[in-house]
Amino acid sequence: MTCSRLFDRRTRTLLVIIGCLLFFFVVFLGAWLYGRQGEVTNLTLRKISPGWGQPFGTDWLGRDMFARTLQGLRLSLGIGLLAATCSAIIALILGLAAATLGKTVDVVITWLADAGMATPHLVLLILISFACGGGAKGIIIAVAASHWPALTRVIRAEVMQLRTSDYVRLSRRLGKKPVWIARHHLLPHVVPQFLVGLLLLFPHAILHAAGLTFLGFGMSPHIPEIGTLLSESMRYLSSGMWWLAVAPGLTLVVSVMAFDLLGNNVRALLDPKTMRE
Amino acid sequence: MLEASSLAYRYGKQHPWLFNELDLRITPGEIVGVSGPSGRGKSTLAKVLAGYLPPGKGSVMIDGRPLPASGHCPVQLLFQHPELAVNPRWKISKILREAEEPTPVILQTLGIESAWLDRYPHELSGGELQRVCLARALGSSTRYLLCDEITSMLDALTQVHIWRVVLNLARSRRLGVLVISHDKTLIARLCSRNITCLEGAAALS
Repeated sequence: MTCSRLFDRRTRTLLVIIGCLLFFFVVFLGAWLYGRQGEVTNLTLRKISPGWGQPFGTDWLGRDMFARTLQGLRLSLGIGLLAATCSAIIALILGLAAATLGKTVDVVITWLADAGMATPHLVLLILISFACGGGAKGIIIAVAASHWPALTRVIRAEVMQLRTSDYVRLSRRLGKKPVWIARHHLLPHVVPQFLVGLLLLFPHAILHAAGLTFLGFGMSPHIPEIGTLLSESMRYLSSGMWWLAVAPGLTLVVSVMAFDLLGNNVRALLDPKTMRE
Repeated sequence: MLEASSLAYRYGKQHPWLFNELDLRITPGEIVGVSGPSGRGKSTLAKVLAGYLPPGKGSVMIDGRPLPASGHCPVQLLFQHPELAVNPRWKISKILREAEEPTPVILQTLGIESAWLDRYPHELSGGELQRVCLARALGSSTRYLLCDEITSMLDALTQVHIWRVVLNLARSRRLGVLVISHDKTLIARLCSRNITCLEGAAALS
């Protein structure tokens, strides 16, 4: 019996939410318990492959890769969450403004969104992060400033379509005031797009944060962010230290996939046509 | 009395008038039919009369006053496609209460079952949803009902049920009803008089 037959949509989404929260909790608790242990060198324990003592092995300076990966993941998740939230809020404000504040505002915002989407993503990220001086601040500003166009277009289109829909116009003729219509018809319709957009932006932001650090435009090299770990591992892969890349890489893939799954489940749960599956 | 004087409408200045110099009166309790080929402005006429579209020329008055710009409009329009006239994210119970709480008599007359109340619009058939829309439109201050092809997509039994309810209400509550349909037999059976929408004008017959 498949998972979809065993549990309904609501239960499945709840399970995924609990799983993601548990994952968050474990990563943050683990990183807190290990503290800065991932930065402690121990030359007697150099280049040890994964085993019982060191589940993710140690690097060329004897640093525990498990502690480093947890610390890196905590940083990536924090940066991803903050950057995705900022980006989604920018998208919500610009999307609503474009749809409701008249033609000139709409033309300007649409042009900006088109320009943002037409510019190669990575180039924009590198430029903004570099201009902001790199680090966590640079990554967050770069991701937030480059990821709003797609969600802005979705929200703008939703609100515009909704404003002219039969049931919104009918609501006015039933005596409902514009504020009531905005609260009961427009906003609930946009909130799911916003939440799902935010959740789907999150894995993107984590990947870009790691990518920027990997390319040397993100975090400082001494901070064990996932991108730093992957970048460092490149030099040692040819000497057979595969675990330096596999362990942080796999945790990154798992966290991105988990939040992607969460986003898709929330989207299906908020859609009346699929919520009772 | 719902009264349209010298009414005209066109979609944009470069487009021809869909109807021009149209005079129409519907008295309380009267049932008037509107027929004509597709694209001649029957639905547009209903939208102008219900205040959804501003008239290009002329005016729409109710008892000598213009239609209210805010508040519950005494002229309610029922659409051909009920699934577009309801918020797809609302349950039926909330849709029914959008204007005011419908009376149990109306729910019973229209055959709206309590099991529907917890459902979403896509979980109801077209006929069931049209009855929900009708119940919502029949608020206590509704005095004129404009029915734009409301039964054209429904089976014969549901059509009979809906029209029987509308006719009874028109009689008991003295509702003025405008019936828009392609079906001339239906109009002949329901209405005391008919308006035929021709190109660029409307002919009274």
